[in-house]
Amino acid sequence: MTKFTVNGMEVDLDVDPDTPLLWVIRDEVNLTGTKFGCGIGQCGACTVHLDGMAVRACITPVSAVAGATITTIEGLDPDGAHPVQAAWRDLQVPQCGYCQSGQIMQAAAVLSQNPDLTDQQIDDMMTGNLCRCMSYSRIRQAVREAANAMKEA
Amino acid sequence: MSRIARLAPTAATTVSRRGFLVSTVAGGLAFSFLTACGTDPTGPAITVGETSYDPTIWYSIGGDGVVTVNIIRAEMGQHVGTALARILADELEVAWDKVRIHHVDSDPKWGLMVTGGSWSVWQTYPLYSQAGAAGREALIAAGAAKLGVDPATCTARNGQVLSGDQSVSYATLVSDGMDQAFTPEDLAGIALKPVSERRLIGAPVEALDIADKTTGRAVFGIDAKVEGMVYARPILPPTRNGSVVNSIDDSAARGIRGYRQALAIEDPSGTTSGWVLALGDSYPAAMRAADVIRVDWTAGATATVSEADLMAAANAALDDPAAGAILDTGNTETAPVFAGAETVIDAAYTTATALHFQLEPVNALAELKDGVMEIHTGNQWQSLVLPWLAQALDMPEDKIVLKTYRLGGGFGRRLNGDYAIPAAIAAKTLGQPVKLILTREDDSRFDSVRSPSVQRLRLAADGNGRVTGMEQHVAAGWPTKVMAPFFMPSGTNGVAYDPFAVSGADHWYSVGAHRVRAVSNELANQTFRPGWLRSVGPGFTNWALESFIDEAAHALGQDPVAFRLSLLTGEGRNAGAAPNSTGGARRQANVVRRCADRAGWGQPLPDGTGLGLATSFGQERGMPTWIACAAQVRVDRNSGQVTTEKLTLVADAGTIVDPGGAMAQMEGAALWGLSLALHEGTQFEQGEIADRNLDRYTPLRLADTPELDISFVESSEVPVGLGEPATTVVGPAIGNAIYQAVGARLRHLPITSDAVKAAI
Repeated sequence: MTKFTVNGMEVDLDVDPDTPLLWVIRDEVNLTGTKFGCGIGQCGACTVHLDGMAVRACITPVSAVAGATITTIEGLDPDGAHPVQAAWRDLQVPQCGYCQSGQIMQAAAVLSQNPDLTDQQIDDMMTGNLCRCMSYSRIRQAVREAANAMKEA
Repeated sequence: MSRIARLAPTAATTVSRRGFLVSTVAGGLAFSFLTACGTDPTGPAITVGETSYDPTIWYSIGGDGVVTVNIIRAEMGQHVGTALARILADELEVAWDKVRIHHVDSDPKWGLMVTGGSWSVWQTYPLYSQAGAAGREALIAAGAAKLGVDPATCTARNGQVLSGDQSVSYATLVSDGMDQAFTPEDLAGIALKPVSERRLIGAPVEALDIADKTTGRAVFGIDAKVEGMVYARPILPPTRNGSVVNSIDDSAARGIRGYRQALAIEDPSGTTSGWVLALGDSYPAAMRAADVIRVDWTAGATATVSEADLMAAANAALDDPAAGAILDTGNTETAPVFAGAETVIDAAYTTATALHFQLEPVNALAELKDGVMEIHTGNQWQSLVLPWLAQALDMPEDKIVLKTYRLGGGFGRRLNGDYAIPAAIAAKTLGQPVKLILTREDDSRFDSVRSPSVQRLRLAADGNGRVTGMEQHVAAGWPTKVMAPFFMPSGTNGVAYDPFAVSGADHWYSVGAHRVRAVSNELANQTFRPGWLRSVGPGFTNWALESFIDEAAHALGQDPVAFRLSLLTGEGRNAGAAPNSTGGARRQANVVRRCADRAGWGQPLPDGTGLGLATSFGQERGMPTWIACAAQVRVDRNSGQVTTEKLTLVADAGTIVDPGGAMAQMEGAALWGLSLALHEGTQFEQGEIADRNLDRYTPLRLADTPELDISFVESSEVPVGLGEPATTVVGPAIGNAIYQAVGARLRHLPITSDAVKAAI
């Protein structure tokens, strides 16, 4: 049995310890906002927060999160109003939207540590997240906008 | 297939031949055309008063005044519902915050269901404009009666009918109920609003699909679940076609917790022959089982095919002068022109196999429910896959429904709905719902890839450097031949061809005699299931054409921009025709001129930095989107590394319906062009795709994204497509910029640093 917390909810599951966290979240906990893209941790569509840090759920075995606190896109803000989400809507970032949960979770985790970022740092922190629609220009602007909002807050 | 054969890109200009009905239904008013959009426009029009008809509800208004617009196009990132609904809402005169969109499931009443070719806005504009205008007129008539005034004194605005200082809301009129029928003649008499009265078309509004895509609430095909479903991952055969399963040994899988069984797919349609499914109680169980189950196949004929073999087959096909179709490009007799030419320039261009790599791997959930096969999946061409499913399942088409979901990227991959078939066969065989998901590697292995291509171009000029003739010979795999052969037109020599594998070569330059030949690469057609990939033919034809035009300009001692302008004169067949190509090549010349100006053409640049320009008419001559791109690149002479500093794009797409969405499509399509030019490309090895995941297939990332300067020509002409045109111009603009920077001419996509270094 593996116990951990997802979006404030206690989870206690009897699954193989090497089951990727991604499928546990999607199919056992039924939170499908976290997406499957590459399965090797290189697209970022499955990004969630593990004790506040951005991790790739597709290569994180569920055994590694025992006792931990997981946050998914559904739990980032009760009203979907996290500054990153607000910036994403303001700039109409998503196209197909499939990667955007991961993009938002990646940005939110890094900005929560340090919202005072250079343009180069924004590029560096986001370049591990693939957007196949290539909404990159807007992602860049939205991270900057969210960073500014979080600095002022 | 006759209803699919009408796919040929024609805008729905025949809507005025249909009747239109406003009727009271539970909860509001329904607005219906009396024949389905997309049905044979030459067939009998059904007129009001006939007793049997099947009204197709295109939108409804509730008692609260909320308008719900039915959308038959797939949402895959283009915010298509937002674009289409606002066309209707503008004519209907309702406020945007009262508009909702509903993506419908497959049903024959909707006519042809396909989303591709950048056609949606262009095709739907006339239909939704007229539907909205008819609704407005019906509400004005009802409002006038309610207010006791002459309808001529009434106007509609913001969900209200107004006359002098009196008004009545649509919501009230809807609650009162009404029934009104319009004959086709009535409909034809309703004037659409003048451009100056447009309130939503062209105005910035929030796309209706955005908010859910920021909270995880947007539901994609992969998110679909039903009670009692089992999970499946395919074990793919060694060849896409013709492999036969001899035996399956699943002994190694039996210890996997949650593993159920292996199932060989018997597919009477032949679409997924040789596939085996590993089934489990969870997807990880199915994934792991698929890795360890041993299947013995007799492989199909293409098990050893390499990329070099595919290129050789293309070259061999081109070597046969009798092969292929000659397109109707006016005077196609180039032989005498070349025989008498002062200068002949020729060159060959190639492109490598490219993957769609849409981020959501293809998947489908199938459930046989009360005799109806329900398939939950994201799909771009429901009308194409339904007949395959009917054959595969031995069920009539009307017992198969494709439930509509958002697509985690389409880019043409989901025009080929092959992935729905094994899920449906398994669901029927097992008598329980089956959710099939391909892993990323599975998805890449059997992607409907963009075929590798080989092209040969030549140009003839007289002693004054005036162009007198041109030829473009194009060899590639033909998706339309493999998957939709009923949709192939014939060339002037009577040979059928895939228009999507050659379009772009039939350009708008006035070059005198002009011969375009489309040749099928049969080895490609056998080795893989060729796909339509974002921008389709022009993704490679325009790479060759615009690189070659640049080479020709330099060879003739002319400035590449001035040379293009000298050929974009809009003469003869390049004059264009109303409504779709009004202005013709002169509009293309205009975007070239504007783009060159904006990008600073002719201004000095640092050593190793170059500006290159390319242009196109988007996808098809019948629906031209005029576009030009100037790429500024910096080339490291030592490493051959190319850095794209800036892309400047100018497009004339007629009326811009959805400015935010239009800009997003331009941004994404331009970066796709960049990615295909410098970052992507794979190859076949031993009959299979070599690069199957992001460790080896490397699309553009944010850090390599250049500055973009994108602008539109203001226009009130017919709105055309924007999903793909920008993809067609970026590659050749980069190639031309590399030449300007360091004098190296690249003739193969993708452009690698090694190739640049070798060419310097």
